[in-house]
Amino acid sequence: MELVERLLKGDKRAAARLITMVENNDPAVIAMLSEIYKYTGKAEVIGITGPPGSGKSTLTDKLTKLLRKQNKKVGIIAVDPTSPFTGGSILGDRIRMSDLNTDPGVFIRSMGTRGHLGGLALATLGAVKILDAYGLDYIFIETVGVGQSEVDIVKAADTVLMVMVPGLGDDIQAIKAGIMEIGDVFAINKADREGADRTKTEIEMMLDFNEGDWRPPVKKVVAIHNEGVETLLESIQRHRTYLEDTGELIERRSKNSEREILDLAQHSLMKKMVGTEEDKYEIKVFAEKVAKRKMDPYTISNEIVEKITNKKD
Amino acid sequence: MNRPIRVLVGKPGLDGHDRGAKVIARALRDAGMEVIYTGLRLTPEQIVQAAIQEDVDVVALSILSGAHNHLLPKVVDLLKSEEVYDEVLVICGGVIPEEDIPVLKEKGIAGVFTPGTPTQVTIDFIKENLKR
Amino acid sequence: MLKDEKLQQLKKNQENWQKNKVEKGLGKFPERKDRFATGSNEEVERLYTPVDVEDFDYEADLGFPGEYPFTRGVQPTMYRGRLWTMRQYAGFATAEESNKRYKYLLDQGQTGLSVAFDLPTQIGYDSDHALSEGEVGKVGVAIDSLKDMEILFDDIPLDKVSTSMTINAPASVLLAMYIAVAEKQGVSSVDLRGTIQNDILKEYIARGTYIFPTEPSMRLITDIFEYCSEEVPNWNTISISGYHIREAGATAIQEVAFTLADGIAYVEAAIKAGLDVDRFAPRLSFFFNSHNDLLEEVAKFRAARRIWAKIMKERFGAKNPKSMQLKFHTQTGGSTLTAQQPDNNIVRVAIQTLAAVLGGTQSLHTNSKDEALALPTEESVRIALRTQQIVAHESGVAETVDPLAGSYYVESLTNKIEKEALAYIKKIDDLGGAASAIDKGFMQKEIMDSAYEYQKQIEREERIVVGMNKFRVKEEVPKGLLKVDPTVGEMQKEKLVQLKAERNNDLVLEKLNALKTAATGSENLMLYILDAVREYATLGEVCGVLREVFGEYQQNVIL
Repeated sequence: MELVERLLKGDKRAAARLITMVENNDPAVIAMLSEIYKYTGKAEVIGITGPPGSGKSTLTDKLTKLLRKQNKKVGIIAVDPTSPFTGGSILGDRIRMSDLNTDPGVFIRSMGTRGHLGGLALATLGAVKILDAYGLDYIFIETVGVGQSEVDIVKAADTVLMVMVPGLGDDIQAIKAGIMEIGDVFAINKADREGADRTKTEIEMMLDFNEGDWRPPVKKVVAIHNEGVETLLESIQRHRTYLEDTGELIERRSKNSEREILDLAQHSLMKKMVGTEEDKYEIKVFAEKVAKRKMDPYTISNEIVEKITNKKD
Repeated sequence: MNRPIRVLVGKPGLDGHDRGAKVIARALRDAGMEVIYTGLRLTPEQIVQAAIQEDVDVVALSILSGAHNHLLPKVVDLLKSEEVYDEVLVICGGVIPEEDIPVLKEKGIAGVFTPGTPTQVTIDFIKENLKR
Repeated sequence: MLKDEKLQQLKKNQENWQKNKVEKGLGKFPERKDRFATGSNEEVERLYTPVDVEDFDYEADLGFPGEYPFTRGVQPTMYRGRLWTMRQYAGFATAEESNKRYKYLLDQGQTGLSVAFDLPTQIGYDSDHALSEGEVGKVGVAIDSLKDMEILFDDIPLDKVSTSMTINAPASVLLAMYIAVAEKQGVSSVDLRGTIQNDILKEYIARGTYIFPTEPSMRLITDIFEYCSEEVPNWNTISISGYHIREAGATAIQEVAFTLADGIAYVEAAIKAGLDVDRFAPRLSFFFNSHNDLLEEVAKFRAARRIWAKIMKERFGAKNPKSMQLKFHTQTGGSTLTAQQPDNNIVRVAIQTLAAVLGGTQSLHTNSKDEALALPTEESVRIALRTQQIVAHESGVAETVDPLAGSYYVESLTNKIEKEALAYIKKIDDLGGAASAIDKGFMQKEIMDSAYEYQKQIEREERIVVGMNKFRVKEEVPKGLLKVDPTVGEMQKEKLVQLKAERNNDLVLEKLNALKTAATGSENLMLYILDAVREYATLGEVCGVLREVFGEYQQNVIL
């Protein structure tokens, strides 16, 4: 377990390589993750999401710089979509953080959504744990707030920061349905633009319907000029204190762990089911028979489940 | 293992002409690679640290300002001192005089692609010369 | 009407010709390709006739040279009066070397200087900044302080020459240094002539040498407009540039559209700053590219003039005809040159020169054949200049005004470029203007799409570039390319150490602080910058103070 030892000693290259293995669904990584698990849980995990062009990367950059002034070590996992056609992607979030590159207390990793077999959330969670064990105090997960898998990623955070911009208008209505309710803290970025106050009011009005003890604060910021970032960070940290004081942190993490256990189990079942080309071929053969009404899908699926539950790794 | 090739594409130095870097980024993406695009005005230190954190297979740099003889060997040296050069393929593109190419290759730049090189040539080069 | 009848008859005849002559013949003699297109990928018809310009109205569409809408040119006699200015952009590593070259050029009868600065200067860093390493003196002259500027123009009477400076983000600082050198020569700023590029929007879009965010950058620009309209009235305060937009991969239409959209943004900013349009607009100038598709390029220049005239008159209510004239400098297309068989580039540059001249340019830089390989040598620079001289004196195209007017193809293409550029401008207006569209990455994305499409066409050999993807030969390694002295960086650093030991550092600090305070307010910054550079505050110090107050621009990359 040379990689794990190096990781726990704070070796950047080991951390990077382990994340690569997680991303590639490398079978060897599961044992390593389970070994480092006891060293994790210390980092504060913050999900950052919001519509494209809302300035998430710039805001992450400024928050990170502020945390560095408080002597905190920071990790950033920036997730961008992979092209479904070519499997390739261009990950450009580092552009706005280039002067963090050389800070030894910062680790930035870009991830493509790829066609993750076990779901993107699992890969991201794996990366979070690696960075946690690596010794970082804060870990940001930054992703565009569209699509279920992205929502799943940020849900796994301790605190979710929603980044909005003025003048979204109807977009807020659309976003509201799926994502608004997961925000613990709201930032209205580019607040020097017209309509910032209106957007704030609109969000506040929506939050009025929220139940629960934590009222998500809505903060105006101009990330590019570093305005309001300090207050925003205070809000994020206040949310953390709230979680700890009320015991909600454990509650929330339990909920997340529950989902993670099920996801992982599902993932390994899937692997047993269609892990090899042979398995995939077998299913195809069955499928053809089912389509031709020579078999029925109910019996087949039952048989498969029975077979894999007896199958050893 | 079936995994996408990860490539860092960036522009060291102050030169702002990024047409070539962006075209190659798109071409690599369309060839199924994961491109980490790092933008303009990077120091060799920034490039190398990004390459380490991203655990890339390839570092592809574009320079048109004439600063290549200074900046590119520095990137290689830093990769070596961080002990990752053995795993990372370093290539470059841009306005590079023919007489500088052997010097750059000797210093560890595996491929030098001058204007007019089809993107497919670069793609093939990467696939054939990956270090891991 | 007789005219209508004739046109109807012509349409009919053309249809018959198409059916009887063309389509029958195509079976036996098929055309070379399924689709013919301009250099910018606009579809080209087989034949152009009066049918293609049926709404043509000579007076409204073209007018006379020197008259609205200036389609045929901004002067009544064009090159019969005076040829375009042959202005070769050149920069040498140090101020000393450049000064020598400028004096030589002036001795040869040249009256216009064109200064290229190195990248650290263009981005507001001194030569001793960490990011300057390896870049000092590489693509032009390194200027750290007034001291370098004094050397650059030593013994050159600034009231006798016109100087064009390719400088954008720190344009105010370099202009201030120029004014300060003039003061030392006893030349009043009123007598200074020249141009600063000063076009920050295209830096965000395409060229990349930006410093500050959009708003303070626009303020610095309008401060220059205001200051110069009083103090340096013969100075061209901006050169709104499509050149780099085209180099980044834009089509001809995008070049015109995005450049004019930038122009609109500057005019709006100046009006918002309280300036009268007819006071600053005559000092606006433009800078375009010239590529290989001769007729498309000619149409582009003509369309640009017509659109701008209409914008200034109709949108901004300009009264002075000079405000409506689009005057422009042209440079031949660097990205059209090939590293393969570089001598072929001489021919390309010749065609591009023809396009610029037939399009009515006011000045022209011709690229050197070896620019795809390295910085140009003296010999190749001379050939490039000779190309202009041959077009001027031997080709005959300079003997009459706008000789291609009335060509069915050229007029129809001019109309098309106008129409589509206006559609782009409308889209940009809808996005909140050029600055906002850039912020959203709109232009960058459009340009990148064109650039990528062009690259794919070349790789599929749908587009032939001679010597590059066809007609290749085995080539020798080219020899004798220009090298920049690698010790320039050290020399500049030493000069900085010396400068900081000699100057009055307290005074410098005082002036920089005054500038800082002014920058946080809304005063015109030109006077403060002038004050600081007079005391030998360095370019990096002045820009550093402004960086502190304004912050830095964040590139928006849309891939």
